[in-house]
Amino acid sequence: MEWANSILQGVLVGGLYALFAAGLSLIFGVMRLVNIAHGDLIVLAAYLALVATQTLGVGPMTSLLLIAPLMAAIGYALQRFLLNQTLGGDLLPPLLVTFGLSVIIQNGLLEIFTANSRKLQAGDIEVATWAISDKLSIGALPALQFAVAVAVIGGLQWLFYRTAMGRAFRATSDDPQTAQLVGLDNRHVFALAMALSLAIVAIAGVFLAVRANFDPAIGPARLIFGFEAVIIGGLGNLWGTLAGGVILGVAQAIGAKIDPGWQLLAGHIAFLAVLAVRPEGFFPRVKH
Amino acid sequence: MPDAPLLEISRLDAFYGDFQALFSVSLDIAPGEIFAIVGANGAGKSTLLKSIAGQMPAPTESILFDGEKIGGRPAFSIVRQGVALVPEGRRLFPSLSVEENLLIGAQGGRKGEWNLRRVQELFPVLAERARQPSASLSGGQQQMVAIARALMSNPKLLLCDEISLGLSPLVVRDIYAVLPAIAAGGVAIAIVEQDVARALAASRRVVCLREGRVVLAGLSHDVTRAEVAAAYFGV
Repeated sequence: MEWANSILQGVLVGGLYALFAAGLSLIFGVMRLVNIAHGDLIVLAAYLALVATQTLGVGPMTSLLLIAPLMAAIGYALQRFLLNQTLGGDLLPPLLVTFGLSVIIQNGLLEIFTANSRKLQAGDIEVATWAISDKLSIGALPALQFAVAVAVIGGLQWLFYRTAMGRAFRATSDDPQTAQLVGLDNRHVFALAMALSLAIVAIAGVFLAVRANFDPAIGPARLIFGFEAVIIGGLGNLWGTLAGGVILGVAQAIGAKIDPGWQLLAGHIAFLAVLAVRPEGFFPRVKH
Repeated sequence: MPDAPLLEISRLDAFYGDFQALFSVSLDIAPGEIFAIVGANGAGKSTLLKSIAGQMPAPTESILFDGEKIGGRPAFSIVRQGVALVPEGRRLFPSLSVEENLLIGAQGGRKGEWNLRRVQELFPVLAERARQPSASLSGGQQQMVAIARALMSNPKLLLCDEISLGLSPLVVRDIYAVLPAIAAGGVAIAIVEQDVARALAASRRVVCLREGRVVLAGLSHDVTRAEVAAAYFGV
């Protein structure tokens, strides 16, 4: 029963990893951009939420009403004025620029907020649990986190396949040149995709910051979790990304159960095992 | 001249790096007319269409459309102005269904008589196959999607690049049969075509390009096969 509990907690943490991964997967899918600063942007969102909760006196979840649009605006501007200039054929320029961005964000946060670790206080919800049996219980916060992850992925799926914006994303991803012929301005479409990605980053950042301590240096590790979830799930498949996050979360939970020091290692080993056995991931995008 | 020209190209040059593909090309297209551009492979026909549609750099004043200088504008802005290109090789979006490929044609937001219902009336098979992936259609049906997608933008000028390429003669005939109906609604059509007889039969006026220059221009029913052959091959 203790094992069942560990696995259950792992599944719920997987929701957070899926949130890390969804934004990454989205922008890679639309514009083949690998955003090395993704993890640091999650941490940036966490700090912005910290500032919002402290200055406005609102809870972390409420702060999202401000932080998500703010991060989306940052994403739009970032793509429109910086990253669009790096796109076009070669994969290296966007990698280098976002790597630079990662360094800038980390050091900027260090300068402003120091290296002290912080945490967002969410109040009663942090300790609320539902006991399923003596040994099995679900925390309200992890449950909420997982439900939000499912809602975000479901929302993205709906947006991609049911709306004009999603149609524009898919068309631009298919053939950016021809997309211009039908009146789509790629620079704007890419900027919208980044805005959406960073709105999800804001959600991920707030959950990260409520769940555990954070400091300016933890971004790159979140990036790795995000990447691993994307690859395990299969590139270009949103529900696969959720599954990838869950597999990663469960692997870490099992590792931690065996030995607390093995938590991260177990996650990485699970990722490498998937990469070795099924390099296209469990649910690659269906080819037409 | 009965009408002021819809499109006026004057002394247009085009380059691929150091290679010059068009040399001082001038022509004009009237509203609602069907205009043919013929020439051998590499004569510059596609380059000319790409320059008009904004897929190639062009000097601002060399292309005048509907009274505005559109040379060198980005493609997405030119389609909103009313010039739609049916690209060579059709270039449908593979991850979009047939209907989605049509709907995305209206992305530019121009108002006009063309909409999903109208293009499906023009090509009824596109309504039957609406939910299918665009890649599952036959070549001819894909070509219909490409033309219908361009019409969805409500153009004043429709540029058709090699719409008969790789299609059976019967299908080509069907596709060419709808062009007069499109033009009757006031849409000017420029067709780039390798099949000279087909192009002459379908058009009111024709130009022949050779090595990036206009070598023949005239009314399609006035030019003789011998004249076209001479212009085409430069003999």
